[in-house]
Amino acid sequence: MSETAARAVTAPKPRRDLARAVVRFAGDSGDGMQLTGEQFTLESAVAGSDLATLPNFPAEIRAPAGTLFGVSSFQLQFGSQRVYTPGDRLDCLVAMNPAALKVHLDDLKPGGLLIINTTAFDRRNLDKAGYAANPLDDPTLAERYRLHKVDMTALTLEAIQDLPLNTKEKDRTKNFFALGLVSWIYTRPLDPTLDWIKRKFAKNATIAEANARVLKAGHAFGETAEIFSECYQLEPAEMAPGLYRAMTGNRALAWGLLAAAERSKVPIVYGAYPITPASGILEELAMHKRFRIRTIQAEDEIAAASAAIGASFGGAVGVTASSGPGIALKGEAIGLAVTAELPLVIFDIQRGGPSTGLPTKTEQADLMQALYGRNSEAPVVVLAPATPGDCFFIAYEAVRIATKYMVPVMVLSDGFLANGSEPWRIPDPSTLPPIEVHFRTDPNGFFPYLRDPATLGRPWVRPGTPGLEHRIGGIEKQDGTGDISYDPDNHDHMVRTRAEKVRRVAQEIPPTSINGPATGDLLVVGWGGTYGAITAAVERSQADGKAVASVHLRHLNPLPPDLGHILREYRRVLVPEINSGQLVRVLRAEYLVDAVGFNRVRGLPLATEDICDTINQLVEGH
Amino acid sequence: MSATGTGAAEAPRYTKKDFESDQDVRWCPGCGDYAVLSAVQKSMPDLGIPRENIVFISGIGCSSRFPYYMNTYGFHTIHGRAPAIATGLRVARPDLKVFVVTGDGDGLSIGGNHMLHVLRRNVNLTILLFNNRIYGLTKGQYSPTSEQGKITKSTPMGSADRPVNPIAFALGCGATFVARTVDRHIAHMEETIKRAAAHRGTGFVEILQNCNVYNDLAWNVLYDKEQRLAHEMKLEHGKPLLFGPVDARQALIMDGVKPVVAPAKETPPDRLWIHDESNVNAAKILADLFAPDYPVPVGVFAAVSAPVYEEIVLDQEQRAIADKGVGEIAKLLKSGDTWKIE
Repeated sequence: MSETAARAVTAPKPRRDLARAVVRFAGDSGDGMQLTGEQFTLESAVAGSDLATLPNFPAEIRAPAGTLFGVSSFQLQFGSQRVYTPGDRLDCLVAMNPAALKVHLDDLKPGGLLIINTTAFDRRNLDKAGYAANPLDDPTLAERYRLHKVDMTALTLEAIQDLPLNTKEKDRTKNFFALGLVSWIYTRPLDPTLDWIKRKFAKNATIAEANARVLKAGHAFGETAEIFSECYQLEPAEMAPGLYRAMTGNRALAWGLLAAAERSKVPIVYGAYPITPASGILEELAMHKRFRIRTIQAEDEIAAASAAIGASFGGAVGVTASSGPGIALKGEAIGLAVTAELPLVIFDIQRGGPSTGLPTKTEQADLMQALYGRNSEAPVVVLAPATPGDCFFIAYEAVRIATKYMVPVMVLSDGFLANGSEPWRIPDPSTLPPIEVHFRTDPNGFFPYLRDPATLGRPWVRPGTPGLEHRIGGIEKQDGTGDISYDPDNHDHMVRTRAEKVRRVAQEIPPTSINGPATGDLLVVGWGGTYGAITAAVERSQADGKAVASVHLRHLNPLPPDLGHILREYRRVLVPEINSGQLVRVLRAEYLVDAVGFNRVRGLPLATEDICDTINQLVEGH
Repeated sequence: MSATGTGAAEAPRYTKKDFESDQDVRWCPGCGDYAVLSAVQKSMPDLGIPRENIVFISGIGCSSRFPYYMNTYGFHTIHGRAPAIATGLRVARPDLKVFVVTGDGDGLSIGGNHMLHVLRRNVNLTILLFNNRIYGLTKGQYSPTSEQGKITKSTPMGSADRPVNPIAFALGCGATFVARTVDRHIAHMEETIKRAAAHRGTGFVEILQNCNVYNDLAWNVLYDKEQRLAHEMKLEHGKPLLFGPVDARQALIMDGVKPVVAPAKETPPDRLWIHDESNVNAAKILADLFAPDYPVPVGVFAAVSAPVYEEIVLDQEQRAIADKGVGEIAKLLKSGDTWKIE
């Protein structure tokens, strides 16, 4: 599609150059805002912009129309420079109804572009949104923002009046009007969306025609209507050459598993129970049976983990996934995998908690659960992807470590990474490190708990191997023989051995990469989905001349062996997290450094601006 | 490897001894589990399956120590979850013969949910549920199969719960093979275990088992010679449901939609209830019957054929591969919307 990128739409109106923009589409759950945002993302990617997205939707599937809690939105930042986050404040807000305006207006920058679908501003919708008077009649709105009132529904119906569709069907295409209009404003090519419409509605030519026409009508409206005095163009971002695709975190985790199954030649059995925001991984994997990945939609979270463990006992790689509440339920089973010393990969797609919490919102508050959330001492390896695309490599790495060390590996993703997408340079899978799985077949001198001297991993035996029949279980075992043992010294030894095995995974961790000077006033340490916000903030501070650096941890247990040394090279250490201070506690305990936290637990990604302010205070305050 | 085959053709000739592990058996002296262990070990050679292809999976409880004593592959797991672990194992390795050993607490209380789902899915494995109507390993609390009003350490004034009936539960879950046997009826136990093991799908066997420490003689109706003679009703496919001593033989018949007991001699042959293992509805009526008002049925209540969960899973995989070939990650990565940056 490279030629499409070059063939950006040209328009007679003058176009102003722009380095980056933050746009949010907001409307009712039924208004198709997620789809609109995804298509705008694809158009922007094809136009060569770097970008980051933030889908944000209610937990209710069909929330009552017009209500504040039923508002669904999709935000993205795109630019000609490196884009790390979906952005803090909006340059452009598209509000499809009064509720969307009310919920999102505060995030729009003063002077920002505000596009309103006026059709939806009737008494009924105003009441539902709690507006006593129509906010569009308030002159201050137009004073504060560049307000554009567009009767989208009427324009949509007009564009397709001759098509044999009922009014409801016609009305449902109005999100494409908004998409066409915003695509015109930011000079995004329509071709990717037109192609998508053609594919998606291949079986219904009339719907396809309607959507395509409405998209073009929105585009033409921008072009011809007098109200839009300005429009923008962006230079393509400087990105590493290669073939790119949009990638979400959940899909990347799933594909990472497929890559691991192909490379290791060991089948994967994926046990899961539907839970937001992890269900997408199960659905993605279920589409790829050709990769010999077998999915089990289990009866509950415990069964999902148990089925994965049963598969690992059978010589497959067992993988299970959930969000925080489900991980809590799986705790005992994970402990079994720890003591049975079987490979197991666990994905935790974190969301707001405790209990049901905020199912569709993001959070990073399961780090302590991952490290310690099981009875007794049951250490597991903990990894965390930094970006949606990084999820691919982390899933692959999790399988590699789990099979090499015969150990459970927990991956901490989150709702933001799971649903967010980024332009992702497609890797060459042959460059991934090999996954060498060895099943023991030699009965000579075999005991189930003999250990590899380098990894301390025990032999993996596929049932069906003659002469190696053996029994393992959750009761403490004599090291070596694997026989049941209640011997006090042996238990002490096994507790230490299980911990040491996890510690030895440190030998897999590459040297920590430092973004910034190797020594200075402040080191910002992050993990997981806050990578973008932290990196953007640190680079902004560096541009201001501050001696600030950042490191982003992908390995949380064990921690990188060089981290302690790095921490001591800076006067202060700041740890921004979407929790009330979990990694900061680990770092303080582990390294006796006076690290401080920056913590916001709002169900939303951290704002670059807020991190910047904290960096400034710490650097200037010493 | 076929989906369900277990390499029967090349199985060596085994004796019971080949299935005894080197571990010391740690059940209480006099426990019914010894008899079950012996019956299982004795049944194994007749299955014609190589020892290395057999796996015993258990949960937690006295019965769940079972795998340690079998010289096969074995996995002693966590409380109640053996059916789920065994399901994952079967999906990964449909070439293995899998047994689940569980108890009334493990299988019907903490693991009741997994028992429900393994039965409705009809996973190809054999479940041996040791029912002693008590929690033995935790030293004598009432179990989900204990009779209402049971006086135990945790219920000094009697338990308030009504018991669950394992046979009725299994049939209600859609089980395709449901049988009951007794730890002290060695020959019947061996015969029942072998039949369950040969069933394609989930073979569910309730073994009435004695906990001589915490609930001695809970099944005395089938131990005591006289009581057994009076109440035991052997279920035999194609034969009438008769029980009781030869001189006072009783027939179980249906009076409308109600099962009733009538003297066999006075029952016309066309009114006799001929046991039919393929009739699950009839099995559900039999499941609820117990002494003293009714006979106690032992044997195979139902044996029917139904699709096997993991065979469907594998078939879908095979069809997907036959349709488009084995997946290649390099191709998948480049599929769909992509764009090039020079």
